[in-house]
Amino acid sequence: MALERSDVEKIAHLARLQIRDEEVPGYTQTLSDILALVDQLQATDTTDVEPMAHPLDAVQRLRADVVSETNQREQLQSVAPAVENGLFLVPRVIE
Amino acid sequence: MFDKTLAELAGGLAAGDFSSLELTESCLGRIKSQDAAYNSFITVTEELALSQARAADSLRAAGKAGIFTGLPLAHKDIFCTQGVRTSCASRMLDNFIAPYDATLVRKFNDAGAVTLGKTNMDEFAMGSSNESSFYGPSRNPWDTDRVPGGSSGGSAAAIAARLVPAATGTDTGGSIRQPAALCGITGLKPTYGRVSRYGMIAFASSLDQAGPMARTAEDAALMLNVMAGFDPMDSTCVEREVPDYSASLNDSLEGLRIGLPKEYFADNLNPAIAEQVQNAIREFEKLGASVREISLPNTALAVPAYYIIAPAEASTNLSRFDGVRYGYRCDNPVDLEDLYKRSRGEGFGDEVKRRIMVGTYALSAGYYDAYYRKAQQARRLIQQDFIQALSEVDVIMGPTTPQPAFRIGEKSSDPVQMYMEDIYTLALNLAGLPGMSVPCGLAQGLPVGLQIIGNYFSEAKLLNVAHRFQQATDWHTLAPASIKG
Repeated sequence: MALERSDVEKIAHLARLQIRDEEVPGYTQTLSDILALVDQLQATDTTDVEPMAHPLDAVQRLRADVVSETNQREQLQSVAPAVENGLFLVPRVIE
Repeated sequence: MFDKTLAELAGGLAAGDFSSLELTESCLGRIKSQDAAYNSFITVTEELALSQARAADSLRAAGKAGIFTGLPLAHKDIFCTQGVRTSCASRMLDNFIAPYDATLVRKFNDAGAVTLGKTNMDEFAMGSSNESSFYGPSRNPWDTDRVPGGSSGGSAAAIAARLVPAATGTDTGGSIRQPAALCGITGLKPTYGRVSRYGMIAFASSLDQAGPMARTAEDAALMLNVMAGFDPMDSTCVEREVPDYSASLNDSLEGLRIGLPKEYFADNLNPAIAEQVQNAIREFEKLGASVREISLPNTALAVPAYYIIAPAEASTNLSRFDGVRYGYRCDNPVDLEDLYKRSRGEGFGDEVKRRIMVGTYALSAGYYDAYYRKAQQARRLIQQDFIQALSEVDVIMGPTTPQPAFRIGEKSSDPVQMYMEDIYTLALNLAGLPGMSVPCGLAQGLPVGLQIIGNYFSEAKLLNVAHRFQQATDWHTLAPASIKG
């Protein structure tokens, strides 16, 4: 499937990726090539084949509903770009 | 000392021939003086290594040493190591100091191992050549104009260059086996769920698995003994007893049934690689194995299915990199959307962005059934091929890669051509099966890997098969000509 420039711009927006204008043609080409490769699957008959989500068909393991984590906020926030009073800072969202 | 295997070094430490501190200083010295040629390390953890070595020597003096006490190794820079930069070879995590240890790292620390540093890789493990690393490509010690493979290319190059005796790797579509093949070392991708993924930066969660990389199967067994086992911190880690992988290494191969998939010896295989693999098969016949042709009819579906499933899962996993909680943040964002888009646009490299976009597209409204669901159905067909084949043979063998190591830059502008490098390795991850690559010869002066595939949780059998081969041959002892003493 060949993508248009506008498709790539839309996908990049959905993925929250800034792509510079001059990069769009290159991505349009390589993404189209990759989609052409994966489109080979469409010729395969998969009627009645159960999709495989997990190699061992395992189910989600559950644990007892008890407190198991300690508060590590300071340690985990020590790698954040901007923090104040235990909160992550981002540009103003609500005026 | 640099040319010894883990098992030999363990013997030397136990006999008091040298201390862990001497061994560690020797490795650090080689890394410092020689790694400029290979770029196999992103971070060298000298202080950590020396303190771990001293602690190991003290334990030994107190009579409390285990088999791994004082043995040096390196971790792929995808494993979180507390207090140490864990970059995943991305600008996104160039400033990330891991606040905790991956389970695998903790297990090696608990076993007394010495961490020499963090090895180079493709960015977020997406690649087959190491060229997508933010820190520049690692180079193949057999020919430094060529790639070491990927994504665990730094680990493979460091072992091949005899800078480290062993290293950890991860394998989502061949990222342990392919670089092991291209660098002439031994690598094992365990069954999905055998080794904890906690603290291993996620790429494609239904495919990712960590494994050992070393010079010999004997060493890979020593490492897997430390790595394997249940971990409540990884919900997909399997609760199942861990055998002693070293115990069965010498079992006889008399009566072993080997299957050769005809699809793995088709047109696109380099004839010199085919010849070396066939020579290896003859060695197994001498060891008492029987060989028959088998078919894995859905082999051609592996590449397209993988390049839907892996990017789809990657696009989801990598959505956590938002410039808010950790990692790279762009300068002066004007609003929240600008913060997200520029942090991600500037923090991720080309191939990562490509895969995020492919995955985003495949999962977007209206396309899910045509892509992701279809790929998961193809995945089932691929798995059924293996289950059928492994009901008739004990192990499947073939080439690990269709070509020996290619030149840096040769395939980097054409992602589809690069993806075809993994044609023989991807299917295993889709099926969740274990596989190894062991050196089995040279093609045009470059290493060739023999891939050995087994049934679920047959790692002990694979290691046994590989070890007996390495007892009978010496391909695994070959070192690149550039190696200096």
